[in-house]
Amino acid sequence: MRELTGVGGLIRLILRRDRVLTPLWVLFVGLVPVSYVAAIDGLFPTEAGRRAYAAASGHNGGFVALYGPLHGSSLGELVAWRAGFIPIVIGLFSILTVIRHTRTEEEAGRRELLGSTVMGRHAGLAAALAVTMAADLVLGAILAGGLVGQGLPATGSWALGLGFAACGWVYAAVAAVAAQLTGGAGGARGIAIGLLGATFVLRVTGDLSGLSSDGTLTWASWLSPIGWAHRVRPYAGEAWWPLALAAGVAALLVAVAVALSARRDIGAGLLPQRLGPASAGAGLRSPLGLAWRLHRSLLAGWTAGFLALGVVLGYLAEGIGDLVRDAPAMSDIMIRIGGVRGLVDSYFSGLVALFGLLAAGYAIQATLRAREEESSGRAEPVLGTAVGRVRWAAGHLAFSLLGPAVALAAAGLAMGLTHGLNTGDVGRELPRVLGAAMVQLPAVWVLGAVAVLLFGLLPRLAAVSWGALAICLLIGLVGPALRVDKRLLEVSPFTHLPRLPGGPMNVTPLLWLAVVAAVLAGAGLAALRRRDIPAA
Amino acid sequence: MTDAISASGLVKTLGPTRALDGLDLTVRTGEVHGFLGPNGAGKSTTLRVLLGMMRADAGTALLLGGDPWAEATELHRRLAYVPGDVTLWPQLSGGEVIDLLGRMRGGLNKQRRAELLERFDLDPRKKGRAYSKGNRQKVALVAALASDVELLLLDEPTSGLDPLMEEVFRDAIREEKRRGDRTVLLSSHILAEVEALCDRLTIIRDGRAVETGTLDELRHLTRTTIDAELTAPADGLAALPGVHDLRAGEGRVRFDVEAAALEPVLRELAAAGVRSLVSRPPTLEELFLRHYDRSGAAAAEEKVSR
Repeated sequence: MRELTGVGGLIRLILRRDRVLTPLWVLFVGLVPVSYVAAIDGLFPTEAGRRAYAAASGHNGGFVALYGPLHGSSLGELVAWRAGFIPIVIGLFSILTVIRHTRTEEEAGRRELLGSTVMGRHAGLAAALAVTMAADLVLGAILAGGLVGQGLPATGSWALGLGFAACGWVYAAVAAVAAQLTGGAGGARGIAIGLLGATFVLRVTGDLSGLSSDGTLTWASWLSPIGWAHRVRPYAGEAWWPLALAAGVAALLVAVAVALSARRDIGAGLLPQRLGPASAGAGLRSPLGLAWRLHRSLLAGWTAGFLALGVVLGYLAEGIGDLVRDAPAMSDIMIRIGGVRGLVDSYFSGLVALFGLLAAGYAIQATLRAREEESSGRAEPVLGTAVGRVRWAAGHLAFSLLGPAVALAAAGLAMGLTHGLNTGDVGRELPRVLGAAMVQLPAVWVLGAVAVLLFGLLPRLAAVSWGALAICLLIGLVGPALRVDKRLLEVSPFTHLPRLPGGPMNVTPLLWLAVVAAVLAGAGLAALRRRDIPAA
Repeated sequence: MTDAISASGLVKTLGPTRALDGLDLTVRTGEVHGFLGPNGAGKSTTLRVLLGMMRADAGTALLLGGDPWAEATELHRRLAYVPGDVTLWPQLSGGEVIDLLGRMRGGLNKQRRAELLERFDLDPRKKGRAYSKGNRQKVALVAALASDVELLLLDEPTSGLDPLMEEVFRDAIREEKRRGDRTVLLSSHILAEVEALCDRLTIIRDGRAVETGTLDELRHLTRTTIDAELTAPADGLAALPGVHDLRAGEGRVRFDVEAAALEPVLRELAAAGVRSLVSRPPTLEELFLRHYDRSGAAAAEEKVSR
């Protein structure tokens, strides 16, 4: 136990530092699904209504990709299904928290400061894991308690809450392992989030394959901790053993992390540090050249992720059509949404909207890199040379503008190509799907421009731009189903985009969105020119 | 010749604190100017104002004959800056950072770069996160010293350097000085460094310059310590104006005397009969501490806490 000396103090330190963020987050994410109960009950008060909704949505590839498989049509099942995206959010939170309190601390040298006091070797890792896993559990308990309070069966509610918490545990443990591998927090975060993305793709692959007629890839969902959370089957004859599977894998990963941590030095990673070149290449001579070096791995990661997801989703599109052709019972709904073509089109238009929201996340992330450069002090030596502020910022903005364009193009190309190869008509499908993906761009830019505006005007609140994305996400995912006021929906730039493929193309809103983005970004840059750097 | 830097009445408020409170600073072209003050006195803020990164709330500043805020980009071609807290990009090697900063400034002297790397014993192939604090400082120093610029702005450049490297740094600055056309503004709280390198210096306290001039001039303004062995007691000493901290006993006296009062004091001593006499000008450290001693509560507190 000597290895854990001081863990109590560290836990208190983490709780003190996160005393605002963590409770807010746990409460918010825990209560969002609780709000679904009243919403869905209000929309579909009758058994028949719910069954029709379940039949239509449970076979919609876009929805299944996002939320997971839907089996029954009880109120509880619909709520649990609708909350199916939340395990990813919990996983992301768990990863970020663990890395922040392990690797980031080490990188900043604070770990060393604490390590010289009476503290065991594994105390830091143990404290970060303890806090994160406890937060996951509290989140699950709030969720379960809330759902029981709304009148849903207790067994199913606890299955849902514990399934989500266990999913968080697995990713917390994944992050603990990743934190031992690399020499820096950025690398560790990249590995863990990359794995989260990969397991999401596996789950989507398996679940969508389960929709299509052959179902040969259904097993892929079983490789994903997100899939395990769904397979606890809340309210639908709960299966408890996926919980044990998740807890077991988490325990195993924690053991691996502890073993790795014992074998490495502080500040070092297990993956070897490579030496760089002794002098700079010809391209590294401007803010843009610097930005390329800082952004290229981020760009590569997003593009590769979009490409992989695009290949899988494009490949599965034709299967959606098959399913409807094989099931005459579905013909009603089918005719309503415009036949098999219409169904596939709505599948794609749902997916490109999702890609658009993700790409907006990338745009914000890339923009906030400039803020990170400022607050870490790395902007100062650059601005001390003959580089003006706007030129410095423009290097980063080039990537927040064009990066999402590249990623969206990758997704559109991959989906269009694989689907076109399936139907044997690449010439028709490729431009349609690619175009639909690229149409998202002006809305993506608006969100990136919100980040630029905040960065210029209120730099310390720049991270609030994630809130803008969260609002758009909420409006996009929940809004239409919940019959929210139309004016509220129009807050999100994504609401104004033409529904492609299938819908009528309209250039006017795209131009307007581009103008709004340009004005916001221009105002942000103007404010940047006038303010102090670093901002007080 | 115009001054490389002339600032007067600079005021800058950062949140609740008044970081600069009417600061005056003049740096003559070709000199090495020490900018002396404890942590938090406003040294870094002054440099940031002079670099056009922060805009002063009041006062005027002229840098190399231009407005540091409006003409920042053009002026920066003619200067090099080493920030007080150097952070590097984790994914870039030290050599890449040196070249990048040099190129963005408008050019780098390749031969000088190689020579400085050698002298500072710095491996340019290591990635940013692998460097220790001292080595990060060296990267920024090599980048600044290897560029042909008129003005060097150095913010506590030797923090984190070991004594050996500190000597290398001093040699490098002395070389700059010998070339005659370079101006250096060296902010520091290391008195020996300023004493060894600087032609003139400015002492700053609470965002205001409290003393400026050559070391000799500053010494002249303050007291000399005298330690004398006398044949007879010099009873008149205590009554003389400008004598402080007098301690006498067993034929010895020890006291501080203001420069203006030296002559009557020496006469008094001579009258008493001097067996031996040691007179010591104030060290910069004494000079510095004296300023902070008089500054009231904050400085007094600092002293107590040590």
